[in-house]
Amino acid sequence: MEMSDTSISAPAAPAKKESRSRAPIVYGVGSGLALLVAWELFVRLDHVSPLLLPAPSEVVMTMAKNFPLLLQMSAVTAGEFLLGFLLAIAVGVPLGALVVFSRPVRLAVYPLLVAFQTIPKAAVAPIFIVWLGAGMTSKVLIALAISFFPIVIDTVIGLRSAQPETIYLVRSMGAGALKVFWYVRFPAALPAIFGGLKVASTLAVVGAIVGEFVSADRGLGYLVLVANGELNTRLVFGCVVMLTILGTLFYGILEIAEKFAVRWHVSARQLEGLDTGH
Amino acid sequence: MLSEVGRPGAESDHGSPGAFVRIDKVDKSFSSQKRQVKAVDGVSLSIRPGEFVSVVGPSGCGKSTLMMMVSGLIPVSAGRIDVREQKVTAPVTDVGIVFQRDALLEWRTVLDNVLLQIDVRGLERASYEAKARALLKQVGLSGFEQSHPWELSGGMRQRVSMCRALIHNPSMLLMDEPFGALDALTREQMNVDLQRIWMEDRKTVLFITHSIWEAIFLADRVIVMSPRPGRIAKEIIIDLPRPRRLAIRESTEFGHYASQVREQFQKFGLLVEG
Repeated sequence: MEMSDTSISAPAAPAKKESRSRAPIVYGVGSGLALLVAWELFVRLDHVSPLLLPAPSEVVMTMAKNFPLLLQMSAVTAGEFLLGFLLAIAVGVPLGALVVFSRPVRLAVYPLLVAFQTIPKAAVAPIFIVWLGAGMTSKVLIALAISFFPIVIDTVIGLRSAQPETIYLVRSMGAGALKVFWYVRFPAALPAIFGGLKVASTLAVVGAIVGEFVSADRGLGYLVLVANGELNTRLVFGCVVMLTILGTLFYGILEIAEKFAVRWHVSARQLEGLDTGH
Repeated sequence: MLSEVGRPGAESDHGSPGAFVRIDKVDKSFSSQKRQVKAVDGVSLSIRPGEFVSVVGPSGCGKSTLMMMVSGLIPVSAGRIDVREQKVTAPVTDVGIVFQRDALLEWRTVLDNVLLQIDVRGLERASYEAKARALLKQVGLSGFEQSHPWELSGGMRQRVSMCRALIHNPSMLLMDEPFGALDALTREQMNVDLQRIWMEDRKTVLFITHSIWEAIFLADRVIVMSPRPGRIAKEIIIDLPRPRRLAIRESTEFGHYASQVREQFQKFGLLVEG
């Protein structure tokens, strides 16, 4: 009855995580600041025309001056790509599941999906505008169309990635298809699905901007066109900065969600190892 | 638990009466694109309640396939299998299965992996948690309840999967080369542990292995299978007292059993010397 393997001892308390959480911030901010300083110096010392390349300080000043406008336009664009992205999840994950679980769907829909994906969405964006008008709906749907494919593909890969033994095992416990999905297939698919979501998140932003470029009366993409037309390069850069901030926030939120959902996965563990300098 | 099953005289025109598992002229074929492969060919075998049967054979002889058919997870191509006098047509649920790969769910803690059995069956977790902890303690994993599988060694992981196979107190254990991926020393320890656990309540066990000595050490009866298509080549009753100690391997009787199995393998041309 007594324990037979004496080499086993209880796990040690986790080591302090202080250094791990600080290092990426220090390095990231450091390299970013260095780039900005180099840029500023280059513009000032070489007397580059602000029409071609404004200095970072000028961009910041312009942004401060136009801050309410930038914020308003950001809200419009963010609403478009967020809604498009959420719809892409709502369409992509169930579609991926159908492709995996239904042979007719797989045979009928999969080739269409691939064909659809090869269409450059930017080229059909004008048609979306004709169909749906210049309002928000067309931007949302372009964002959806451009971003749902990686979600479908990665959902398919993920749902197929469960170890066969785990599925056998759960079936021997009396589980039907639904329980197998809930206890094994879906959790095993999450790392891949999050991979798809991260790719899709950046694509959704592109989709919203493409839609605004084609036809819009608001949004950051619209403002880029207007500012560019007025040769206001500083404001164009200001829009780009806002888009970068939005995209980073969006991606960061996904990373945090991923960390909570798939802490157990190899990729998460490896990242932790890298951060501690192991 | 076994009294009902052991009841003699139940309808049984083939095999021994009251068998827990009755395998009757079972075939299994797999068809790939061009050709059909016969994995199991006309296997008949009865396992008594509480009997420990080892099946030993070369890789690809269909022994794992045989176990999978007994579990009801894959269908037979011909013949029939009865478990507790009931024809197997769907996955058997009064069973605990251990595979060579431990099949732990990485996103669940050790304790939750053991309790998976309870969750999926819709049983009440609270009434099994103490038992899960006791089982883990019994295999030396106290203090690891909240660890995740990746923090454990291969041997520890396989112990967790054994606890998962036992928590719901099934009447039968199906084990498919459970210790095949472990190092030699851990493997011997697992054999000793398994014998001890089995002796507590003598569940019916079908144990698949390719290790001759492991098969003999654990079993009441060893079935030797031929290379594909898998047939039963020899049955050997192992009449050694329990609990068996590791040193029993060096005994004359043990050597005698081992040489019987080895001679079969040599007859198949699987072991060639000089």
